[in-house]
Amino acid sequence: MYPRSFDYVAPNTLAEAFNALGDNCKVMAGGMSLIPLMKMRLFTPGVVVDIGNLPDMDQITDEGDHIKVGALVRHGTTASDGLIAANAQALATAAALTGDVQVRNRGTTCGALAHADIAADQPAGALAADAVMVVESAGGSREVAASDFFVDSLTSACGPQEILTHIKIPKAGEDEGSAYDKLGRRGGHSDYAVAGAAAWVKKSNGSIEAARVALTGVGTKPQLAESVAEALVGTDGSDAAIEAAAQHAVDGVVVLEDLYGSEEYKTHLAKVYVGRAIKQAIANV
Amino acid sequence: MATSSALGGSVRRREDPALIQGKGLYTDDYIPHGTAYVAFARSPYASATINSIDTSAAESADGVVAVFTADDVSHLGDLIAQVVVARGRPLMAGTKVKHVGEAVAMVVAESARQARDAVDLIDIDYDPHKAVIDMREAVKDEVLVHDDLESNTVVAWEAGPFGDEEAIAATKQTIADAKDRDDTVTVSIEAVNQRLIPVAIEPRSVVAEWDDGYQRFRVHTSSQVPHALMGAIKTTFGLNANQVHVTAPEVGGGFGVKLNVYNDEILTCFAAQKLDRPIKWTESRREAPGSSIQGRGWVGTATVVGTNDGEILGYELDVLSDMGAYEQNFTAAIPFLGLFVGSGQYKFPTHWKATCVFTNTMTTDAYRGAGRPEAAYYLERVIDAYAREIGVDPVEVRKKNFIDKFDEAVVSPIGFAIDTGDYSTNIDKLVEVSDYEALKAERDKAREEGRYVGIGVSAYCEVCGFAPTALSELGFSWATYGLPAGFYGTGLVRVNPDTSVTVITGTGPSGQGHQTSWAQLVSDRLGIPIEKIRVIHGDTEESPMGIGTFGSRSLAVDGAATFDAAERVARKAKNIAAHLLEASAEDIELDADGGHVVGSPDSTVPWDDIAAAAYLPHRLGESEIEGGLESHVVFDPPNATWPFGSHLAMVEVDAETGNVEILRYITVDDCGNVVNPMIVAGQVHGGITQGIGQAMFEEAVYDSDGNMLTGSLLDYPIPTAGDLPNFELSSTVTPTNINSLGAKGIGEAGTIGSAQTIVNAVVDALAPLGVKHVDMPLRPKRVWAAIQEARG
Repeated sequence: MYPRSFDYVAPNTLAEAFNALGDNCKVMAGGMSLIPLMKMRLFTPGVVVDIGNLPDMDQITDEGDHIKVGALVRHGTTASDGLIAANAQALATAAALTGDVQVRNRGTTCGALAHADIAADQPAGALAADAVMVVESAGGSREVAASDFFVDSLTSACGPQEILTHIKIPKAGEDEGSAYDKLGRRGGHSDYAVAGAAAWVKKSNGSIEAARVALTGVGTKPQLAESVAEALVGTDGSDAAIEAAAQHAVDGVVVLEDLYGSEEYKTHLAKVYVGRAIKQAIANV
Repeated sequence: MATSSALGGSVRRREDPALIQGKGLYTDDYIPHGTAYVAFARSPYASATINSIDTSAAESADGVVAVFTADDVSHLGDLIAQVVVARGRPLMAGTKVKHVGEAVAMVVAESARQARDAVDLIDIDYDPHKAVIDMREAVKDEVLVHDDLESNTVVAWEAGPFGDEEAIAATKQTIADAKDRDDTVTVSIEAVNQRLIPVAIEPRSVVAEWDDGYQRFRVHTSSQVPHALMGAIKTTFGLNANQVHVTAPEVGGGFGVKLNVYNDEILTCFAAQKLDRPIKWTESRREAPGSSIQGRGWVGTATVVGTNDGEILGYELDVLSDMGAYEQNFTAAIPFLGLFVGSGQYKFPTHWKATCVFTNTMTTDAYRGAGRPEAAYYLERVIDAYAREIGVDPVEVRKKNFIDKFDEAVVSPIGFAIDTGDYSTNIDKLVEVSDYEALKAERDKAREEGRYVGIGVSAYCEVCGFAPTALSELGFSWATYGLPAGFYGTGLVRVNPDTSVTVITGTGPSGQGHQTSWAQLVSDRLGIPIEKIRVIHGDTEESPMGIGTFGSRSLAVDGAATFDAAERVARKAKNIAAHLLEASAEDIELDADGGHVVGSPDSTVPWDDIAAAAYLPHRLGESEIEGGLESHVVFDPPNATWPFGSHLAMVEVDAETGNVEILRYITVDDCGNVVNPMIVAGQVHGGITQGIGQAMFEEAVYDSDGNMLTGSLLDYPIPTAGDLPNFELSSTVTPTNINSLGAKGIGEAGTIGSAQTIVNAVVDALAPLGVKHVDMPLRPKRVWAAIQEARG
């Protein structure tokens, strides 16, 4: 399988990278999604800008009120990093369940987010963590909330001449917990999500003070299930309360049928995994 | 014999150090000087008339050497195939395309990428027609795949007992009478044995060179049957067999997909001759669903009638089998291979009906098991349903209906002679090693806890190492390729003057480890250690006329021939040693050092002296021993071999999601005597994996227009190690009496035994809910839907 001809640029500085970015460009970090799509000729960029040489982007750092995850942090690092585990368990689990070990060694968390596959794991984790996407270009830097970042299938708010240089994950308090769970296309946790859910909860005096729940694999994009969170907040987080809230899993979601599930099945799975994720998130507090 | 290479020892595979270090040479690694590369333009329609093909832009593109279409190759005729009943494949589509992916034009360019780029510049004007994709629709003949044929039905046959119309009628009557009885139970299952895409880790590849001076083709190809390709090339191009030299170097998996001669191989040869330069084509994963055969694709109804206590009085199978759009090597013969084991290892009357139909899809043909996994699936699914219906343990039902132990051939109810069998002992061992009663208790306890745990058991009898050569009357030979050679085995063993040994076999591995087990066979006879034995395979010029690697045939047929050849060389070596020692040949034994007089360790003649005498025959004096130290044996077995076994799976279903987890997978296979247990275990592992792949993951899906929806590995999930349980393997040993090794085949057994084992287990898990059947693959969505349906 051969991609169409393309130019390849591997800048050494962010400025050089911005300079190289034009209209028919694709930014490549790990290349785990981009290269197969190019070989299938579904993506035919004129220029590939490989950001693999950019300095200092492969770090996860504690920035006081948030955790910074650079553009070149691999899935495997996100999955095993102590800071991520302590502050965004849902994202850590989602990273651990992404691809296989080779993909996790090469692919990047920011790359998976910018790629915005409708069945990818980490977008749900980022949504639940309320991560902030920092998108930079020659014109400057802007911050996009995770809830505004995923636009459509394979479309994120990161423009063709922009680079998702890092994400910012808010620090979690003592009374917060999050989790991610999914059914993979190969069954169990294996492969892309047929349906997956990430949940974050904040408890206060035995009740749920705040919550965020995100879905992947089910709709036209990874997205927040806001009605679930609304239904959950103020409850005691009991199994009954969780189940009642989970019934809202696909409120406002256009559920897509595919080879792995009918609309009915995916709707059902969304509720099941929303319920499981919330339960685990509460357990993780 | 106390050497590391003793027969029955787990000798480590000698081929692996090269393979795992990336030093193995596969077809795509051959790049003769001046090679040009091929890419094909393929049809995007399942059925269409080709109005025009404009190749001008492609011809003037960078690097393009030539573009060919059907008009350029029409003088070569259609692709030659062994069994064509109704319609073979054209080399390229001329006026009509019949399936998505069919080759329409061929670009030759200086690089593979330039060839691929130029494909996009070919302008083909199609006039699409209504296609027929589902075989249940195709059989109605409302839309014809080939409008010059009267029907989509290629062939329909009834059998059991085989061939005899009177006996068939009597069997049908016996079964009908049993159904009419008040004291019997009749159970039917309608089931799909879905179409699969075989996935070898090495895609197909071919490199063709034309020697215009000597008028010879030199071809490297990733094939299980290089001799068949040699025959197809010589016949297509009007040459002699000795003008075509085909080699299958390392082959990275075959599974039946490479048991075919392909149009791309012939077209690559055409381009090499026409352009007088080396030409290479390597398949891409993306085009494989249109360029390589697929497997399975049956839908049918299986019915069992029996008593309330488990005696089965009759079995019927009525199936449709999807041929795809054209027949290739064995396409229409695959259901017939299933018929061989249509009644399994059971003694009840059996009646089969199979209808083979064309559809506007890629051709189907042999895929690991080829007809036999399908046959075992229907039989073992419906026996399981019957056992459940009457409330008798599925192991007991099977044992009650097995043919009793036999060591001389018996004729099965479907009419084929089985070599040897001991089925009850085999399943008893499964009961023992699995601690079946404890597993059942564990399952029942889990059920009480509200969990859905199930146990599935199945038995299988398969047939492999197809023989004798008289089967050529049924189409099993390479006669159509201009090589009237039947499915015999061939082995040549040569002790060289320096006492190294060269072994040449007519078969060739695609991962099976011949380099190791063939050396073990020869070492066992000669005593020469395997390190000094080299095995040459897959080469039409080096080897005597060979047949190839398929149908688990290599060891039982070609291996046995090699073993016999080694025995003859050993006898000659003993004669030479006896002559040199002035002893009697009967008193000589061989080992790594040479020949000894039994009981007189000092009376030794080293191998160096034996070999020197053979190649300096004056030293043999008046002995009448001829010079040389080699033997070539052609072995025509009197029968195929019939391995068997029993499998057990324990699964847990998450009833909320339909997810299936395999908790245990336990097998007791019987392939007779074993040359290398580690290699046999590897074969069983791979076989089970592909069976589980069918049971749980894989399905080739076309939409109603004939577009392939599962054309990449993204959408066609094959099992990985992480998706599988630990396999727990045991065996019984019932040697065959049809070859000197006592060995039966094992390549396909795991696949033949496993898919229905998993489905039986899942149905058992869901039995408390009333689920009676779930079609494969058991993706969670399907299991969940079955649960919903059962719950109403």
